Amino acid sequence: MEKDKNMQEPKRCVIPIGPYHPLQEEPEFFKLHVDGEKVTGIDIELGYNHRGIEKLSEAKHFDQGIFLVERICGICSTSHPFAFVNAVEDLAGIEIPERAKYIRTVVGELERVHSHLLWLGLAGHFLGYNTVWMWSWKYREPVLDIFEKISGNRQHYAMMKVGGVRRDIALEDMPWIEKTLDELVKGVDMFKGAVMDDPVIWARTKGIGILTPQDIKEYGGVGPLARASGIDEDVRRDDPYAAYNMVDWKVQTWQGGDIFAKAVVRILELYESVKIIRQCLTRLKTAPGPFDLKVKEIPAGEGIGRHEAPRGEVFHYVRSDRANRPVRHKIRAPSYVNVATNEKSVIGCTISDALIVLAAVDPCYCCTERVAVVDAGSGKHLYNGNDLIRLSHEKTERLKKQL
Amino acid sequence: MTEILVSYFIFPGFLFAAAAGMIASWIDRKVTARVQWRQGPPLMQPFYEIRKLFIKETILPADGSPWLFVLAPFFYLASIVLVADILFLALMNPSLGFVGDLIVVFYLLALPAVASIMGAAASGSPFASIGASREIKLLLGYEVPLFAALLVPVIKSGSISLGDIIIYQQSYGALAGSFSGIIALIVGIMVVQAKMGLVPFDAAEAETEIAGGCQVEYSGPLLALWKLGKMIMLVVGPLFLVIMFWATGGWLILTLKYVALLTVAILIRNTNPRLRIDQAMRFFWGPMFIAALVAVIAAWMGY
Repeated sequence: MEKDKNMQEPKRCVIPIGPYHPLQEEPEFFKLHVDGEKVTGIDIELGYNHRGIEKLSEAKHFDQGIFLVERICGICSTSHPFAFVNAVEDLAGIEIPERAKYIRTVVGELERVHSHLLWLGLAGHFLGYNTVWMWSWKYREPVLDIFEKISGNRQHYAMMKVGGVRRDIALEDMPWIEKTLDELVKGVDMFKGAVMDDPVIWARTKGIGILTPQDIKEYGGVGPLARASGIDEDVRRDDPYAAYNMVDWKVQTWQGGDIFAKAVVRILELYESVKIIRQCLTRLKTAPGPFDLKVKEIPAGEGIGRHEAPRGEVFHYVRSDRANRPVRHKIRAPSYVNVATNEKSVIGCTISDALIVLAAVDPCYCCTERVAVVDAGSGKHLYNGNDLIRLSHEKTERLKKQL
Repeated sequence: MTEILVSYFIFPGFLFAAAAGMIASWIDRKVTARVQWRQGPPLMQPFYEIRKLFIKETILPADGSPWLFVLAPFFYLASIVLVADILFLALMNPSLGFVGDLIVVFYLLALPAVASIMGAAASGSPFASIGASREIKLLLGYEVPLFAALLVPVIKSGSISLGDIIIYQQSYGALAGSFSGIIALIVGIMVVQAKMGLVPFDAAEAETEIAGGCQVEYSGPLLALWKLGKMIMLVVGPLFLVIMFWATGGWLILTLKYVALLTVAILIRNTNPRLRIDQAMRFFWGPMFIAALVAVIAAWMGY
């Protein structure tokens, strides 16, 4: 029966976008079924970048786990720790000190700023507009400088800790941070003027890859993707954590659901984030108290933690049996649902449009992967951990000989 | 005979054009880098890259047609070098009888695109076939306004010989100084942008979409030929416009004019996103064709 169905299907041309393709920084496979330049279907295949983070986390104690989830993704390198500590604190019923709340918020929002600037640059690159790419990433540099000042690292800030944060933001650094933010806003203003009013950019982004609010609901889309379709949802406001309910800010939405709307929402969020950071820094100048509760024991139980990552809601579930490590740690990153919306948005586009649509969800595949290496015929697992270690040892030996 | 061979292979043909192309490519990359707040490559970088490609392995696609696949880049390079040779000869000695007329150059300038399409068709890759179909559409798009725009110098000078057009401009002033000439030049700049395969008309190679399009399956020396051809195209394109519309002054002035037109192309390339192929065709058949017609009518009326 199924075979008949396959035979009746007309022969289609497939354009393989991936597993390795200049569009993507990470391996992922989109099969575009095309008729001439028109996309008639898409298959999304995940699983080229799986690292078994959830299993690894069960072997690490709660303090190490934060460093582990930080390495899920280099761009959201504070989103996962943020959601993880939220989950563990939910489990243990910990209320963190005020100062820690502000510092967490500053780090979370700075990350959003750098992530959105990174996407804007990449979107330019995907459209063949490499000047936008380079300029956007130049404006992103001050944000990374601020991170370096606060945490010592440009990426992987390691600021989150169960019961607080790992380091304080020093009072003497604050004037410099505020000044750098001023420069950043000036840069973003100019960038916005030059790019968002460009008629050729309009021609490439307006009315392309439209997601209706109904589509978003059906696919469970989150983050800027949903907000660009006019859906007013944001974990920061809907389920407040850290200092998000203690400062004044607005959830930015836009109508249309096309690529232009997605870009506009991200640019507007840049300004909101800077606003939040400024308020937090002002409060931090006077906020008293410790920035870390020095939690020693995690009780048995289960907890969930959420954080509005730059790409949408990231969700962590943690279950503990009173040992020093989680029994189960479940992670759901925003791209997991957002990438699926491509099914709706690319069909009917031309190939050129389809590719910028694929990129417009700001996909982060390393967060998304789920995989196991099995033999398709017998269903037998092909590799276990020891096999992989043996293989990598052998390869290292081989490479050593070649050197 | 020897004279023709020397002219084609050494000066001002292949060797000279290749060196000029590498310098043009370096200017392109350096200006691009400076616009994008980057440092940019050293002067010899294009040469290093071509040299390195020549020592790399050549991989023939399994389900392509190998002969056509190998021949296409030679065909491509040969036709571009021939145009370069004709253009340089015409510039160096405009009064020299027949070194090729406008119609020859017009068709020779279409050949590289045809060679590209041939190579793509022979490589059996879906990316290349999309690249080829885009290349064909682009060719159909820009040939119409280019033909119309080239009528302006023909009408003005009353000749289809490149030498006569240059001599006419040297005695009566550059065509770009007239109303019809400047419009035709603007149309020409856009068409040459597409011929050189630069943004916004690079849909046929569109790296982030179809991974290099027509040339996606090429590697090693064959890829070097494509790259070299593209570099020489950076010389031929703007130089053709200089001859047609702006051919006054000594060789230094002419070189500066060429660099100016090249820089315009580089700036257009760096301040625009890539157009979709249908948008590019609409652009050429719509505004560009109308502008070229206006220029032709104005030239008839003597403006």
